[in-house]
Amino acid sequence: MKIHEYQGKEILRQYGVPTPRGVACFSSDEAVAAARSLGGTAWVVKAQIHAGGRGKGGGVKVARSLDEVRRFADQMLGMHLVTHQTSRDGQVVRRLLIEEGVAIKREFYLGMVVDRESQRVALLASSEGGMEIEEVAKESPDRIHTLRIDPVTGLAEEDAAEVARRIGIPDANGAASLFQNLYKTFVEKDAMLAEINPLVLTEKGSLIALDAKFNFDSNALYRHPEITALRDLDEEDPAEIEASKFDLSYISLDGDIACLVNGAGLAMATMDIIKLYGGNPANFLDVGGGASREKVTEAFKLMLKNPRLKAILVNIFGGIMKCDVIAEGIVAAVREVHLSVPLVVRLEGTNVELGKRILEESGLPIISGADMADAAQKAVAAARGN
Amino acid sequence: MSILIDKNTRVMTQGMTGKVGQFHTTNCIAYANGKDCFVAGVTPGKGGQSFEGVPIYDSVKDAKAQTGATVSVIYVPPAYAAAAIDEAVDADLDLVICITEGIPVHDMIRTRRRMEGRKTRLIGPNCPGLITPDEIKIGIMPGHIHRKGRIGVVSRSGTLTYEAVGQLSALGLGQSSCVGIGGDPINGMKHIDVMRLFNDDPDTDAVIMVGEIGGSDEEACARWIKDNMKKPVVGFIAGLTAPPGKRMGHAGAIISGGQGGAEDKLAVMEECGIHVTRNPAEMGRTMQKILAGS
Repeated sequence: MKIHEYQGKEILRQYGVPTPRGVACFSSDEAVAAARSLGGTAWVVKAQIHAGGRGKGGGVKVARSLDEVRRFADQMLGMHLVTHQTSRDGQVVRRLLIEEGVAIKREFYLGMVVDRESQRVALLASSEGGMEIEEVAKESPDRIHTLRIDPVTGLAEEDAAEVARRIGIPDANGAASLFQNLYKTFVEKDAMLAEINPLVLTEKGSLIALDAKFNFDSNALYRHPEITALRDLDEEDPAEIEASKFDLSYISLDGDIACLVNGAGLAMATMDIIKLYGGNPANFLDVGGGASREKVTEAFKLMLKNPRLKAILVNIFGGIMKCDVIAEGIVAAVREVHLSVPLVVRLEGTNVELGKRILEESGLPIISGADMADAAQKAVAAARGN
Repeated sequence: MSILIDKNTRVMTQGMTGKVGQFHTTNCIAYANGKDCFVAGVTPGKGGQSFEGVPIYDSVKDAKAQTGATVSVIYVPPAYAAAAIDEAVDADLDLVICITEGIPVHDMIRTRRRMEGRKTRLIGPNCPGLITPDEIKIGIMPGHIHRKGRIGVVSRSGTLTYEAVGQLSALGLGQSSCVGIGGDPINGMKHIDVMRLFNDDPDTDAVIMVGEIGGSDEEACARWIKDNMKKPVVGFIAGLTAPPGKRMGHAGAIISGGQGGAEDKLAVMEECGIHVTRNPAEMGRTMQKILAGS
């Protein structure tokens, strides 16, 4: 689960990681009031969306007067901010962070991730702050220093200081305690990813987090109500929110053939085979291991909300899930939702014959696929109107 | 022969008395030699009771001492599952198969660290389990789609594994063992670990390796195959059409930081001599062609 920058900074402050003073705002009036209360002669107006690359898209601006704060706030609130991490339509800006200006001497990169290879938390640090870490990794990988942290001993001060020295932070010991505080945050809050980019050395010689990006483990949210409370539904796809209510795993894509599949791997493979036969998948949809009739019906409703929809492909390999139960679910769903596009169904596995008979005897215009390839080809043809 | 498990394996079930544990234990007992293989259940506080004639013990240690079981399968809910693995590791079991989906990643980091230097092997979590057809099934896969034979299957996904197995069985190609290693980022045995075992198993002639987007385990396995594997390998990677940054169901299935894309994985696998198919419906036929040609 992602959160906003201002929320991430709040968490960092709780763990003793310094950040600029700032106030989250929802209107231009609030923005001006915030700037006035912060004082000073320069402020940073930052659009709060769950995507990186905001600066390039016009979502981060330095204001030198209260009038400028208002002007930038007016410009940003309501705008569709397009970055390399948003969809083509961009993300609507609804919240701003107004921060005190900081005189920057140097910028660094500090990040933490769950590293699959070492099965540990990895600390990544670089002298190239402010840049996308992927670009640094590509262009000058020697500038990235990685430290894999033993979960038993934690992040040792001398190891952290060594990394700080390598990336050229003058006060390595001060940096070490900041690194340790970030690690403590990372573990205690069950984070999957944390990035401070840039971590800056100010003209006055202190280290502060100028940005904060967090991604938390959704499997651990049950023990973090304080993180769950930070969820911003405006940042999520409405279809995906709706799906999660019914325990369906759904992701919108830009094609026109919807697919309903049991299992994540098979669902991805179904998208792939649609593409392979010249079609375009409209979504990823995993109904999971124990799909009930209600779940299947909700899944159909979700798929049918897509205005681009031209065909539906159901691909079920019944294991625990019996094909006859799924078939009954499909028939009930189709009767309830008034199907407007061709439906291709491929059933395999437990009780497959029974399942196929239920579909046939329903009298509904369901196109049967003999296997995965046959079903995908039929769905692609149906989407083209053949 | 087979890898990891056969009809002589003795299994305890951690979390046998929950709804999920009961359902799958019943099915596992009903499969092949399951009645002889599944000898114990573990549920703290329920020691002395039994389910389907299988005695329940309070701890893994007790169950091992009383029945000689050396393998455990775990259906414990996610919040307690890592501790259940720890208990099995502390009792020095040979193999632990964790079916549970949704275990917090940091729990698994701590558990994997605890396992360092210990003898216990882990499969999963968030996996369907493993099966040696006509001998023993440990997990949630439908037993009836499998045929005894000489093809090994290793996969990160559940139903996509069944798809591969279904295609093989339909072509008359049976399986030696099928292992679902699970879709989580922090887990036990990887493709490479299972591949090593298939390479050494005299009753496996060839292997189907099914991967998906995220991480670089498939690449690591492919490089090992290039230098060491004596048997043909067919490969498929799910997620060619998955957009970067979107998590596709499995906690591990995400293309991030420019890494873990399907096309990159397929390219490395091809370079390393794996017979790659981009069509998930062609896994079985690709294997059939290779066996006919060799």
